[in-house]
Amino acid sequence: MVKEVVEILAKALVDHPDKVSVNVVEKEKSCLVELKVAPEDMGKIIGKQGRVAKAIRAVAKAAGTRQKKKVTVEIG
Amino acid sequence: MEVEKTARSVEEAVEQALAELGAKREEVEVEVLEEPSKVLFGLLGRRPARVRVRVKDTPVRRAKELLGKVIDAMGLMVDMKFRETEEGLFVDIAGPNVGILIGRRGETLNALQYIVSLYVNKNRVQKCKVYLDVEGYRRRREETLRRLALRLAEKAKRKGRNIVLEPMSSHERKIIHTALQGRDDIYTYSEGEEPYRKIIISPRK
Repeated sequence: MVKEVVEILAKALVDHPDKVSVNVVEKEKSCLVELKVAPEDMGKIIGKQGRVAKAIRAVAKAAGTRQKKKVTVEIG
Repeated sequence: MEVEKTARSVEEAVEQALAELGAKREEVEVEVLEEPSKVLFGLLGRRPARVRVRVKDTPVRRAKELLGKVIDAMGLMVDMKFRETEEGLFVDIAGPNVGILIGRRGETLNALQYIVSLYVNKNRVQKCKVYLDVEGYRRRREETLRRLALRLAEKAKRKGRNIVLEPMSSHERKIIHTALQGRDDIYTYSEGEEPYRKIIISPRK
């Protein structure tokens, strides 16, 4: 669920959706999402002053609340 | 997204294409590749109609596509209404458990709105503003902010000192500035850097 959400958002924002990869490490009460994109898309996924990254994190966090899980998104 | 369809008439071919694309008539462009015709006065049968139907890349379509996918992945069932005006594209989302789409102080809603607007305006020359709302949250929040503004303006006047509000988004600050503009007893201004920029209400001497 969280994985899907992060993947959909990332693919919508980058120029190379085929190079988006999302890996999730599930723990009991939390989940760590590792998002990787093409090097030339890094700027698009982070945004000015990290605004895009912050927005992705906020939506991912919301997606995790239904499973009562704390979500961390790592980019890069 | 486009498909080509062949049928007895142009209308029939278009309808088949719409069904396959899951689109409405106003959301697509139709190109008639071949009109139906009778071959040799109908003696050798009829040539069918052939059309190419392409889904137009409109802001509504793009917003619908991304929001649909994200909300679906979150396991929510919602109803979305889209309204295009000169100011931009307004999307109203309603349904059970949509509170998680709002978040604390609208944090999730603002994040989602920002991402949808980036997606809608990707490769677009003419920018289209996107406004998301969930169960009338923004309208209610606007009302709350307006009342807060009036109350704090009174306080600033009564105490004769500056009142500093908590950090707000530019949209929310605008609501407060607008609610208090043109008054001769107090004035408002903003201070600080985004995203911690906040309003100060100051009494006029």
